Amino acid sequence: MTGADVLLLALGAVAVGSGVLVVTTKHLVRAGLYLVVCLGALAGDYLVLGAELVAWVQVLIYVGAVVVLLLFAVMLTRAPIGASDDLDRPGWPAALIGGGAGLGLTVLLVDAYRWGTVELPGAGSAERLGEQIFQSWVLPFEVLSVLLLSALVGAVVLSRPDIGRPRPADSTARSGVDVTTGGRR
Amino acid sequence: MRPVIPYVTAALLFGLGVYGVLRRRNAVLVLMAVELMLNAVNLILVTADTTARAVLPHSGQVFALFVIVLAAAEIGVGLAIVLQLYRLRATVAVDEVALTEPAVSTRTVGQDVEAGR
Repeated sequence: MTGADVLLLALGAVAVGSGVLVVTTKHLVRAGLYLVVCLGALAGDYLVLGAELVAWVQVLIYVGAVVVLLLFAVMLTRAPIGASDDLDRPGWPAALIGGGAGLGLTVLLVDAYRWGTVELPGAGSAERLGEQIFQSWVLPFEVLSVLLLSALVGAVVLSRPDIGRPRPADSTARSGVDVTTGGRR
Repeated sequence: MRPVIPYVTAALLFGLGVYGVLRRRNAVLVLMAVELMLNAVNLILVTADTTARAVLPHSGQVFALFVIVLAAAEIGVGLAIVLQLYRLRATVAVDEVALTEPAVSTRTVGQDVEAGR
């Protein structure tokens, strides 16, 4: 057991423990906050594994942006503040399939790697990853930028019910929609 | 470095994500469980980058970056759908969503929505 192993064990335990809390807690907002802990522990894992750029991108995008979006969604859907009892469906099929998937993958990976060791390669700094992305993976990178743009446009279209629909004569005034349609008719 | 530790972490996180997606009723919590699964895959990619000596160095980390970008796009569209669902039905419970079109369906849930417009 080297120092890296101890760190990986501790961070993995934190990640799995807070992951358990994410899927079992009765508080909606606390689920989001446990998700922050889980994703932060995973960012620490990436740092130990030498993936510096991925770790900081994880902190920026996941902990910074995705969790904030999720918490916004929790608030916009008028989630109750305290504990709520109607968050879960009957549990045993989910426990069966989820436990089966998790334990099956665990057995598979433990059988494949046993207790062997590998040397950590050089750190994945921004310079090296940038060389790889802009030399070998430049086409997927560009396709991904197009995908991000289309996802952005799709999200805007989805959240504006007045786009792409023939306008009825009696404008069914929903809240927050009519502000933007003044000049378009 | 023993690669079995992060691999087992990732496997357990993936199982937790599957459990959460199947167990939770609230759509936002389902999205959180999906994030857990995506992060498990990311951890496997980053760990595989250290164990497998690929022709192109750091391919696993590049893939992890791509998956992070895909997850950002997914969460944007997913939350737009969830908020639209909340605006239409005033609930985000995924097992109360009718799977058929309200105009075609003769079920009471669909008729409720049509009458509410």
